[in-house]
Amino acid sequence: MTATRYTYYPGCSGKGVGRAYEESLLTVFEHLGAGLDELDDWNCCGATAWPSVDEDQANALAARNLALTEQRTPGAGPVDLVAACTGCYRALVRAEHVLGERGPAAQKIGGGLASIGLDYEGRARARHPLDILVNEIGLDAISAAVVRPLTGLKVASYYGCLLVRPFATFDDQWNPTSMDRLVAAIGAEPVDWPLKTRCCGGSCYCGGPVIGVMPEATMQLSYALLREATKRGAEMIVTICPLCQFNMEGFQDRMSKRFNHPLDVPVAFISQLVGIALGIDEKALGIKRLLRWRLPERDPIAAGVGSAAEGGGDARA
Amino acid sequence: MLEPDGNGGLTSQPISTNGSPKIGVYVCHCGLNIAGKVDVKAVVEFASTLPNVAVARDYKFMCSDPGQELIEKDLREGLINRVVVASCSPLMHEATFRRATAVGGQSPFYFQMASIREQVSWVVADGEDATDKAKALVAGAVRRVALHEYLEPRRADVHADVMIVGGGIAGIHAALTMAEAGKHVFLVERESTIGGHMAKFDKTFPTLDCAACILTPKMSQVRSHPNITLWTYSDVVGVEGYTGDFTVRVRHRPRYVKEELCTGCLECIEKCIHKQGKFADEWNEGLSKRKPIYIPFPQATPAVVDVDPEACIWFKTGKCPRTCIEACERDAFDFEQTETFDEVKVGAIVLATGFKAFDAARMPEYGYGLYPNVYTSLEIERLLNAAGPTGGEVVLRDGSHPKVVGIIHCVGSRDAKHNLWCSKVCCMYSLKLAHMVKERTGAEVYNFYIDMRTPGKGYEEFYDKILKEGVHMVRGRVAGVTDEAASPEEEGRLVIRAEDTLIGSVRRIPVDLVILAVGIEPQPDAQDVRRTFNISTGVEGFFTERHPKLAPVSTFTDGVFLAGACQGPKDIPETVAQAGAAAAEALAMVDRGFVMLEANTAFIDEAACSGCKTCVGLCPFSAIGFDEERQKAAVNEVVCKGCGVCVGACPSGAAQQHLFTDAQIFAEIEGVLAYV
Amino acid sequence: MSEDTSRPFEPKIVAFFCNWCTYTAADLAGISRMQYAPNVRAIRLMCSGRVDPQFVLAAFHDGADGVLIGGCHPGDCHYQEGNHNARRRFELLRLMLRDMGIEDERVRLEWISAAEGDKVQRVCNEMTEQIRALGPLRLVTVPRWHAEEAPAEHVELVGQVTS
Repeated sequence: MTATRYTYYPGCSGKGVGRAYEESLLTVFEHLGAGLDELDDWNCCGATAWPSVDEDQANALAARNLALTEQRTPGAGPVDLVAACTGCYRALVRAEHVLGERGPAAQKIGGGLASIGLDYEGRARARHPLDILVNEIGLDAISAAVVRPLTGLKVASYYGCLLVRPFATFDDQWNPTSMDRLVAAIGAEPVDWPLKTRCCGGSCYCGGPVIGVMPEATMQLSYALLREATKRGAEMIVTICPLCQFNMEGFQDRMSKRFNHPLDVPVAFISQLVGIALGIDEKALGIKRLLRWRLPERDPIAAGVGSAAEGGGDARA
Repeated sequence: MLEPDGNGGLTSQPISTNGSPKIGVYVCHCGLNIAGKVDVKAVVEFASTLPNVAVARDYKFMCSDPGQELIEKDLREGLINRVVVASCSPLMHEATFRRATAVGGQSPFYFQMASIREQVSWVVADGEDATDKAKALVAGAVRRVALHEYLEPRRADVHADVMIVGGGIAGIHAALTMAEAGKHVFLVERESTIGGHMAKFDKTFPTLDCAACILTPKMSQVRSHPNITLWTYSDVVGVEGYTGDFTVRVRHRPRYVKEELCTGCLECIEKCIHKQGKFADEWNEGLSKRKPIYIPFPQATPAVVDVDPEACIWFKTGKCPRTCIEACERDAFDFEQTETFDEVKVGAIVLATGFKAFDAARMPEYGYGLYPNVYTSLEIERLLNAAGPTGGEVVLRDGSHPKVVGIIHCVGSRDAKHNLWCSKVCCMYSLKLAHMVKERTGAEVYNFYIDMRTPGKGYEEFYDKILKEGVHMVRGRVAGVTDEAASPEEEGRLVIRAEDTLIGSVRRIPVDLVILAVGIEPQPDAQDVRRTFNISTGVEGFFTERHPKLAPVSTFTDGVFLAGACQGPKDIPETVAQAGAAAAEALAMVDRGFVMLEANTAFIDEAACSGCKTCVGLCPFSAIGFDEERQKAAVNEVVCKGCGVCVGACPSGAAQQHLFTDAQIFAEIEGVLAYV
Repeated sequence: MSEDTSRPFEPKIVAFFCNWCTYTAADLAGISRMQYAPNVRAIRLMCSGRVDPQFVLAAFHDGADGVLIGGCHPGDCHYQEGNHNARRRFELLRLMLRDMGIEDERVRLEWISAAEGDKVQRVCNEMTEQIRALGPLRLVTVPRWHAEEAPAEHVELVGQVTS
């Protein structure tokens, strides 16, 4: 178990629509001995909207957070900035790339940072919490900490688009598996399905209950995900992006009517599921913020049988 | 001039010249290529002010007859005895102007070129800067040529035999062409049979000729031709020597069967203790299994079986009744065989090492290796082939026939993530496969393409014919192949998702079988091969030709020629044409019997040589000898390749290089810096 | 070199390009119409191994502010290992040049293959920019063999004449 603390970048959705994500992440990380400390005075990363308006400005917005992280952790070595929302993660990684190229854009951004007394040396690296969980804390350490293995629970991992496109950083671009492996490590059964990285239409809805740009497109896309996951036997879908979670969870009633297909699939954040397996209280994981949450009856969780480290519980009833 | 010095080497006499230099400077306009950027008149005027310049002229096209005539005339009339031409790259026309100098009556080496096109007009943005740079380069050339010496062009004999590396259609055609011309040819092929990729195809576009029918007669001709020594299961492990005089070391891998005795009756395969094939059959793209003893295909040439030591029980455990030996009436087995080597001398080499198909597993979005019914084009060729794993039936993995087939173009090609180039043949072969699959199975066929490239003779007409047969064409790059079913028709099938750009809509087309039109890549060992033969490759990895337009079959290494897909993607007609061209150029060299060598060899000024031997060990060609008695080094000018490494290292300046003496280079350095 | 203080300093760079790789790459840059700084004047040699350290010194003496040597990538030399020799000599030469106060950026050894026209463009532009920023060549001491002569006009002397 690592005893490090990471600088944490919540992003706007972490405090809004994705509050459950932040709550569960902070709690789970703390529990695993890898605390997350919010970056002081962080600013919006520009997400996916701003780059289409002005790329340099968008990168500058993101870069400020990277520079602040370096300022917060003086020294010579690399310093990680854990960004929960995949959109923010992507924005920060993009800024890193642009600055790393040291081209005219980097000069411009550097100039901007300098004007507010900041400097980007190249030490700060954006990291995704999935990356930290699987590759830094490690699946073995997590398995060992599981007190309620989710045996028999069939979970489909949904990665969304931004984790692997336009470039994959810590997992395979076409067939990422970190979340699936994490699901297996907490005792559940990962469901293999072909739509792990298929777009959910999130950006079309552009966040929030306000009817966005292309609601029909989003409905079709998110419905396809729910349909395929359930067809392959998934009892729950876990995800790492607040927008994806919102889209897939929030319109199931409407979808049920529209497509004549009754849907009632819990869509949670992976951190929430991990938290449950670690025995953390539901309240601390923001479970109540989910529209639907259900662990199937036949799951021996209620009985609290065994632990994943001992190799699984009873056979399913 | 060169004279034997009694030590096995040759020394030149003290540098002789043609009197005090009278230089003629000729500045070319090259149409507007130079004149459009450089102020040619200003350069001429500037040149006329340089020391030793007797004549300075400009002309529209110096390389043309009238242009060369200007030079020849001034030489003949004694106005000049040295020539500088400021025009294109020396790699382009140095030979042309040296010839003009010789025609005018002087040694061709009293010539120096200044490149003011490739190095100036084509790369400098500002006209004034360009003119200045042109002046500087001309000044360098003028100062240098004043120090040039009299040199005779050298000749070397060309060995009469030729080697061809690679026995596909390119190598076969080149070999037959040269053998028919009476030359002795060594044809070296790495696989156990010649035929290359073409032997695997069923039919060839656009005529739908049976590939084996047109290829096997040529293969048999190669086998029986008295002038061809066919070495299969062999590869080239080393090449020494130089143009006209290559010494090639060839390794023959053991088949454990004596080639001269095996008649290809195949009884041994029948009698092998393995009742059935167990090992992936590479010839059938892994679609079937073979025994450890096998022949790639029935018309393999030579018709000799191979034993795979990785699979054969005898080699793995030493315990096998070896029923194969019993079965052989000719006693052709020899399990003690080891690799053997041959060293041969040849005058010219033709590389025809072919290509490798793009590995479709590198594009997981197309499902190759993930979904069983996704095949590559080469695999389908084997299915279509009557001698293939299914006897010509196009079937799914479960043996059933497909009702709908999708063919995806440009797999691995025209792709920023994989290969940028177009592989040239895939559109045509995809249309061919569409036709054949439809004919064999009656399935609906969809071709997904980006652009339809059908430029050859009869190709567009072929496309037309396929369209009329009712093959569906979807213009759009396929996003992916999935087994996700969005509707009842898609259940249990593969779905191809693509944007149909002609109707402006995303389509999902359920199919039973997907064929990936994989592109053409260089062979995986292309870098090793090109180092062995001392040629270069481009960034993509294909062998580099001497000039993309005007010299597509020769390389920068004289005597090494290229034929076929190893030089770039091409179809069979082009391959055969190129192979014929390579054979012709190699023949020209061999028939002439000699090549002209560069005059820029090194020599040692004995008076200055202190006997330190620094140069002796440096020469990669071992061209420098040392006279222990007199403690002097001497260069063998016949072996010397003219790199100048010894010259750069010599502490006393005793080692010098003709055409690149220290004095000449110092003068050139001074010249490019002194004036502008 | 005239003291033309009205025009901003434009460095003069002499390049020694090997025939088989770098010179061919420069031609390719030309054929592809890649534009680059005119400050580099290329001298064609058969091999980078022909480059005598004296050429570099002569170039500096004659007015160059920088010297670029271009050869084939290691392993690809048309004459087997000429480029390896070039590299060894270059390393030693660089030590000597440092003693003379010549900045590292002024002498550069690059491996450029026949297909890398874009590298020629990039290296020439980079080097020109770097040397423009450094300014004209300034020697710390007068090389011994020039002690009897007046120093070359373009060279600015900093420090004492020692011999």
